[in-house]
Amino acid sequence: MTALLISLLFFGAGAIASLIFANRGRWPTMVGAGGVILGSLCGIVPATRVALGAPAQSLRVAWDVPYGSLYLRLDALAAFFLVPIFVICAVAALYGAEYLATYRGRKALAPPWFFLNVLAASMVTVVLAHNAVLFLMAWETMALSSFFLVTFENEKESTRQAGWIYLVASHIGAAFLLVLFVMLGKENGSLDFDRFTASSGAGTLFVLALVGFGAKAGFVPLHVWLPEAHPAAPSHVSAVMSAVMIKTGIYGLLRILTLLGPPRAWWGWALCAVGLTSGIAGVLLALAQHDLKRLLAYSSVENVGIIALGLGVGIIGLSAGAPFIAVAGFAGALLHVLNHALFKGLLFLDAGNVARGTHTRELDHLGGLLKSMPATGATFLVGAAAISGMPPLNGFVSEFLIYLASFKGAVSGDASSAVPMLAAISGLALIGGLAVVCFTQAFGIVFLGQPRTVHAGEAQEAGRAMLAAGFILAAGCVLVGLFGASVVRSMGPVIRGVTGLPSISVGDSLAQAADSVARVGCFGAGLTALAALIGGARAITLARRSVASAATWDCGYARPSPRMQYTASSFAQPVTETFSMLLRTRQSLHGPQGMFPEGAEFYSRTEDPYQSLIFRPLFRALSRAMATLRPFQQGKVQLYVLYIAATLLVLLLWEVA
Amino acid sequence: MSETINWILVLLVLTGFMLLGSSRLAACIRLIAIQGMLLGILALRMQDGQWSAAGALLPLISAVVKGVLLPWLLMRAMREADTVREIEPFISYNLSIIAGAAGLALSLWLGRQLELPNRPPSPLLVPAAFFTSLVGMIVIVSRRKAIAQVLGYLALENGVYAFGAAVAPRLPVLVELGILLDVLVGVFVMGIAIFHISREFNHIDIDKLEALTDRL
Repeated sequence: MTALLISLLFFGAGAIASLIFANRGRWPTMVGAGGVILGSLCGIVPATRVALGAPAQSLRVAWDVPYGSLYLRLDALAAFFLVPIFVICAVAALYGAEYLATYRGRKALAPPWFFLNVLAASMVTVVLAHNAVLFLMAWETMALSSFFLVTFENEKESTRQAGWIYLVASHIGAAFLLVLFVMLGKENGSLDFDRFTASSGAGTLFVLALVGFGAKAGFVPLHVWLPEAHPAAPSHVSAVMSAVMIKTGIYGLLRILTLLGPPRAWWGWALCAVGLTSGIAGVLLALAQHDLKRLLAYSSVENVGIIALGLGVGIIGLSAGAPFIAVAGFAGALLHVLNHALFKGLLFLDAGNVARGTHTRELDHLGGLLKSMPATGATFLVGAAAISGMPPLNGFVSEFLIYLASFKGAVSGDASSAVPMLAAISGLALIGGLAVVCFTQAFGIVFLGQPRTVHAGEAQEAGRAMLAAGFILAAGCVLVGLFGASVVRSMGPVIRGVTGLPSISVGDSLAQAADSVARVGCFGAGLTALAALIGGARAITLARRSVASAATWDCGYARPSPRMQYTASSFAQPVTETFSMLLRTRQSLHGPQGMFPEGAEFYSRTEDPYQSLIFRPLFRALSRAMATLRPFQQGKVQLYVLYIAATLLVLLLWEVA
Repeated sequence: MSETINWILVLLVLTGFMLLGSSRLAACIRLIAIQGMLLGILALRMQDGQWSAAGALLPLISAVVKGVLLPWLLMRAMREADTVREIEPFISYNLSIIAGAAGLALSLWLGRQLELPNRPPSPLLVPAAFFTSLVGMIVIVSRRKAIAQVLGYLALENGVYAFGAAVAPRLPVLVELGILLDVLVGVFVMGIAIFHISREFNHIDIDKLEALTDRL
């Protein structure tokens, strides 16, 4: 625990020092990034040890806040979430130190470093907090600090808009959490987590947690803030938010699940449904985007959906008394939390490299970047393959575990639990396939082919620190993928903590799952080796011959230009056409006319249907309803005093009478 | 003894009504001064024979501050701001007096409903204290001039003071002094603010400061 407190101290010191030295050129960057990196290095050791089975530690200090206590507890579940938090924060700080440097002189750099330190500290506190008051305070701090990070470029109207959407969404979620904790506390007379016990209204509590934490995690339809906030934020901030901050929603859901006693089967059904909707809607919307970071944001929705699906499968297994399904489902979901942190962090950092090198994130303005930005391209390829669930990378391992659990459930379970399992299998397959299309598109359009614009042509590779950050995460993806079986085996403590199953059955199930992972992993590694072999053979064969490049066959048209390549929307068109009912892509086409056509244009735009069909009408109706309250706000001091006096008087009369 | 207290309370209520009904700011300031003096005497009478140095001194200090010092400050502010009378209040004077009468009825009813830890020396004490506070509220809400707002605030404070005398006759010295200092500084600051506002905007009408709000 001491090491974790020191790590929090580093974050605090980094935050304050970056403000103190605000006016000293490079200083805020150095102390701000230094605070995050040192704090993370300091905290990662105890977190890893506890996640791997060291005994839980706790610290409790009395506190003047009503019902609050400074109760921190590091158990396996908390430690499992702390590891990616520390890794991603450190890497993001390393990246941000160089990324933000170009703003020096134009914008104050002390605030983003201050808030990054605060964000890191608050995420750590959220995960460690074992008292509802402390938890909610850390939760709010996390929301506010990330809001200020998102609105870093607040001179842009779109960024401000994104910030507001994020703030509103996170507060709607927080409202549900407040109700949840008040209900739990009322029942048990204390707001300490270990005093919460299974209560009568567990179903209501579960729904409250699902909505409250789902808003942070980005479950559909509460995901609408993600595609706004992630593109608006600086890239290292998007990486932190998408890779770990939204995972605190998953953490909260799991923590509440452990407190609510034995789960009901319908919770699993609900999570499966949420997961499938989020996964499919997320990947479809990702496919239809034109902005690289927006695409990645929607892909986060998809991956959070996969995590929810794993949790749902696990809960169904738990309630049906099938330890293997439960263990494999939860292990898949939890491992996907870690994996998604690695590859989504990596992809956002690479997207930052692209944006920095070309000054645009518009897919159709990019192209051919692999030649000018080879390192970024290579790491992006690793991330894209991992996120598509390709063996032998890490995304495959976690998705495979969920498949494994679902297959087991579909084969062995009774009819009522077989239905969601079959749905999970087919949904996961659909999500995986669409993810492959989506990331083939992203990688292909951005890095392959010819540069579509001058900007893309003049792209410059990112600096050393930014590339190093990417390499660290890419290495993480490869390592977790290669040693997938050992990683799965070592997840015993956290799975025990979540499921409450005896350690023998957890160990057995994990060993069984790990064996399957190892077998399929070997096959995947073999395929990769074969590909490498073919590539090597090609290189050897071509070594002694002359290789020339020429224009492709252009069907008789003599002057093809780079703009005649496949665009993002044309690549995605077969899929978007198939799902046009769900996507509602708006297109306008003015085709070429006559013998000598003057001009032609095509335009397609996919709005988030949840945004345009649910939230916009809802908030418009709300603001119309609220307008009736307008007359109360006259800006007259006297009236305000009257309101206060009247309220006090009414309260007094109410109390007396 | 109870006779004197009752007389003081009746006078307190009457000054409250006069405060609601008069338009001349100088008269209002004088009324507040009288209220401050009355409260000083009231607190002295509440000592109930058990004299102590602090018990005698505090009401005297309070009477001097509220009856002399603050009125003097306000008079000066009034002269500097060059406003003699309140013109066009939001609620007409007649209506304020009617509202005050309703407030008095409410206070009397409340006085009977409210359960206090120790019985006040006069049944009129709680209603009179409430009424004075209500008068303060009405003045704050209904007048335009900033000085009138300050006067309303002082009346409110007087009501609270009287109520305090009823509920806890022997507050610690430090608390009493603290409250007094609070009021003094409050009025001082408001006086300065009024002076600056009037110099800056050529008027001290609160409702014309609307432009400073963030209303959309």
